[in-house]
Amino acid sequence: MILNQFLILAAILFCIGVYGVLARRNGVLVLMSVELMLNAVNLNLIAFSAYLRETAGEVFALFVITIAAAEVGVGLAIVLLIYRNLHSPDLDHVEQLKG
Amino acid sequence: MLVQNIFFWVLAVAMVLAAIGVVRSQNVVHSALYLVVVMAGAAAQYILLAAEFVAWVQVIIYIGAVIILFLFGIMLTRAPMHGDTNLDNDQRWQAAVVSLFLAGVLGTLLVQEFGKKEIAISGVKGEQLLEVGQAKTLADSIFTAYIVPFEVVSILLLAALVGAVVIARRD
Repeated sequence: MILNQFLILAAILFCIGVYGVLARRNGVLVLMSVELMLNAVNLNLIAFSAYLRETAGEVFALFVITIAAAEVGVGLAIVLLIYRNLHSPDLDHVEQLKG
Repeated sequence: MLVQNIFFWVLAVAMVLAAIGVVRSQNVVHSALYLVVVMAGAAAQYILLAAEFVAWVQVIIYIGAVIILFLFGIMLTRAPMHGDTNLDNDQRWQAAVVSLFLAGVLGTLLVQEFGKKEIAISGVKGEQLLEVGQAKTLADSIFTAYIVPFEVVSILLLAALVGAVVIARRD
């Protein structure tokens, strides 16, 4: 297997994630697109780790997975708070910095 | 090598189609289920790259925990289930242009930089078997060279836990 097939797959997934973050309105779906991007980065880390025969990539992939879990927890709590205050999970309605 | 390539392409096509499903589906629950396909595909790709430990961590944490969290989020925010409201905002075209541009830039750069470099997984040309993904190697690395980041991550997880509780709590 060549290195590039993994890197290009990861790049495509990342770009789909970018599209999702920009085009989705629902907060939960935006978080899902962020997860897509994090997964793409993980694929990159693992591919480079196998290519360079170096453990660091896999260790950092594990850290990224952990951070992603924490990020989803806090992100969903924020979306929940938005839903409770504005009665809608749509991020378009979040346009005031003052409560 | 050929078998691995066949698996790679099948998984890659499934992952890209499912990822498009995540960002295009008009049903929130379907999006979450497409995300399961993408994450399972990524775990399978890790196994192709001989990263067995990360693959199973991916299955346990992403498919096991994160997706459940997403489904809870969908349930608690009472997301529309039947596609009666539009889940996309009106900057779809701009978003498509941006992501296609990014894909073009990244693709060109990757092809120019890494061309046809091979990943040597199995010992075809007499090289050593890939050991970096084994749980033993990884554990040696985490608990010696990366012990400080490991502990910092555990504190960060605690902070995220407390933060999520504080944010989502009803006063």
